[in-house]
Amino acid sequence: MTSILERILPTVQKPARYVGGEYNQIVKNKQDIEVRVAFCFPDTYEIGMSNLGMRILYGVMNQMDKVWCERVFAPWGDMEDAMRKHGLPLWALESHDPLAEFDLIAFTIGYEMSYSNLLNMLRLGKIPLHAKDRHGLHGLVFAGGVCAYNPEPLADFVDFFSLGEGEEITVEILELYRKAKAESWSKQAFLQEVSKIPGIYVPSFYEDTYNPDRTLHALTPLSGVPVKITKRIVENLDSAYFPVDTIVPSTEIVHDRCNLELFRGCIRGCRFCQAGFSCRPVRKKSHEALQHQAKEALALSGCHELTLASLSTSDYRQLPELTDDLIPYCEEKKINLSVPSLRADNFSRELMRKLQTVRKSGLTFAPEAGTQRLRDVINKNLTEEEILTTCANAFSGGWNNVKLYFMLGLPTETDEDVKGIAELVYKVLQTWRETAGDKKRGLRIHVATAFFVPKPHTPFQWEKQITPEEYTRRQRLLKECILSKAVEYNWHAPDLSYLEAVLARGDRRLGKVIEEAVNRGAKLDGWDEYFSYQTWLDAFKACGVDPDFYTTRGFAMDELLPWEHIDVGVSKRFLQKERERAYVGLVTPDCRHACVGCGANCLLKEGNCDA
Amino acid sequence: MRRVLFSKTGDAIWISHLDLMRVFQRSFRRAGLMLKHSQGFSPRAIVSIALPLSVGVDSRCEILDFELVGEAVSDEEIKIRLNQALPLGVRVEEVYDSSRKQKELTHLQARLALEYDKGVPEGAQTAIAALFQRESLMVEKKSKKGVTSVDILPMVQKLEVSSQPDGLVLNAVICAQNPALNPSLLAEAIAVYLPEFIPDFVKISRLEVLDGQGEAFR
Repeated sequence: MTSILERILPTVQKPARYVGGEYNQIVKNKQDIEVRVAFCFPDTYEIGMSNLGMRILYGVMNQMDKVWCERVFAPWGDMEDAMRKHGLPLWALESHDPLAEFDLIAFTIGYEMSYSNLLNMLRLGKIPLHAKDRHGLHGLVFAGGVCAYNPEPLADFVDFFSLGEGEEITVEILELYRKAKAESWSKQAFLQEVSKIPGIYVPSFYEDTYNPDRTLHALTPLSGVPVKITKRIVENLDSAYFPVDTIVPSTEIVHDRCNLELFRGCIRGCRFCQAGFSCRPVRKKSHEALQHQAKEALALSGCHELTLASLSTSDYRQLPELTDDLIPYCEEKKINLSVPSLRADNFSRELMRKLQTVRKSGLTFAPEAGTQRLRDVINKNLTEEEILTTCANAFSGGWNNVKLYFMLGLPTETDEDVKGIAELVYKVLQTWRETAGDKKRGLRIHVATAFFVPKPHTPFQWEKQITPEEYTRRQRLLKECILSKAVEYNWHAPDLSYLEAVLARGDRRLGKVIEEAVNRGAKLDGWDEYFSYQTWLDAFKACGVDPDFYTTRGFAMDELLPWEHIDVGVSKRFLQKERERAYVGLVTPDCRHACVGCGANCLLKEGNCDA
Repeated sequence: MRRVLFSKTGDAIWISHLDLMRVFQRSFRRAGLMLKHSQGFSPRAIVSIALPLSVGVDSRCEILDFELVGEAVSDEEIKIRLNQALPLGVRVEEVYDSSRKQKELTHLQARLALEYDKGVPEGAQTAIAALFQRESLMVEKKSKKGVTSVDILPMVQKLEVSSQPDGLVLNAVICAQNPALNPSLLAEAIAVYLPEFIPDFVKISRLEVLDGQGEAFR
């Protein structure tokens, strides 16, 4: 007789994503295992399997003796309905065992709008939502990922957070858990001990209090836990674990290719960019290690596409050596080599020309702002001249497809800046007219605007977000200015970015709002098919929480920020200074030009920031 | 032409036809075997699977054609290397040279296990056997162009109903190409004409692919 799952699978979309069994998945003998980890990604299989961090930590945990880490993803709505109908609890892909059978439930969270999925997955796994309702050592929930840099909105639901890069700290957590389980510790005793591991934050050991004006008064550590929790980093990337024998999905995922990480951190300091500050200091991998890992990963996965990933690939010093080695290799083996995040410099232009022989993709720029004034404010060191020169080069070489990404609602933005976007787009079009060899195929310019979301640990962490109505006004203004038929303008609806801003800078009072939203059916908020703005607005209303408090209000410079106890390495003083420079339109040169003293260097015990 | 006879069972039955092509393209690479690529702007590794298998159906008789470039590798070696490189549930049974064209594959033998959770209802076996003895059997077929009604009986060459401990089993030989009959339509016919005997679940297996003479196609 067939199982319930076998009977459900023919009725749902893309059933292969629910059964595991892919090449390189790790299956261990349950009898030999002391610690079982359900590693959850709060989104669908296609998104989660595209996440390099998850692949790294899956490998790290499974390299440990007597530890078995399995994967869990959020089901699509049709599958969720079927699971509820048949009372089938959420399961892990490798063993098909339900979540409740696992010792530890780990989440990696990279996007605020997946918070509803985290709660929904716990619920589908029949795990109590609130940390305080989970007693005993079994089924502890912990979380990491960039969203853990402001963990407060999830404080009610997560037993402890792991801050920063997980290669080493995850092993320390599991070793401690193994000991605790063998010696039958209480949950409280385990949390006490785990809070002593640098980089671990146990929210229940801190008490939040508020001022009459609703701002945060204090987050008081109870029982001798650290006042500040500093994120962890891996110092030597060459010797750090990297998964060359990673899982090869049997069904299509979003980024279906081998990924190489060239370096961590960023030298640029764009003032809106959370990754640019929170991933510091800069640490590189040697090109020798990368060449070796690239070839091994390609051979072991059978992928025919390789991506060189980083926050700004042109800033990788050994890019010439690396690409000189990889381009001929990839050509011979018919592998597409893609190098995103290139800057518009001379070497990159040359590189693009070389890559063209493998495959020709579009040209993408992210000027973020339409005028040089505003680009100086946000410290986006990209000039109009660089954009147009690169375009001219590309157009004369036969390219006829350009993508331009901007943000609306950046601090100090005026209507002139908005119109400036249209003017820049027009200049690109003009450049094509002057330089394109063959105009018969026409030019396509794709312009997209996103709604600026102020993020913690950036110089703009205090900023007001403009109202969704104002964003829409500016978006329409831009639309009116773009007349050419060669231009396709797409914009993000403001509601998702508005909520993202609330959750990104939220405090513990948002926990009940998230729970209320999930109770009202919020899930898969990153997907148009499921996102419901109204559900969230209703949840805020029901909980008596004003979302504007976290967005259009802005945070005062002397206000205690909800994430102030989290130290990502970059000092508050530096962020303040950068904010001041932004308001007077002063650019800060990149870290390679001269160290700007952000403070992240202190995270390194040996050696220096490799900016 | 090099040919692979492979099986697709267990959880691999949920891999779609398109995804399975990609699975093989990658497995060949993992096995260190370079497939012949298409010409043109974005070259693709060429593999050709004879009859797409519906998602959820298992099979022991899938056929895939391919050509290698580079050094010669023996059939046996290809089989060993591919089996090390394939995901769970996809298994190469045989690798060989074949001059027979895929279009000579005209029929297939399918097995439908009809599961009745509360036991097989009285008279179901007889009624189902009789159903397929009718003159014609019109069933609605959903395609991309919409719903059309087709008589499935001309595409059924042979059909037997037998009894098993937990249900009934249909063994049928049906048309595989031009026109093809999706075996799920046999279950659909029961649902339409014998609603009192609708099984709780139907598990479909492809048992063999046949040529015009009724011999196994290889």
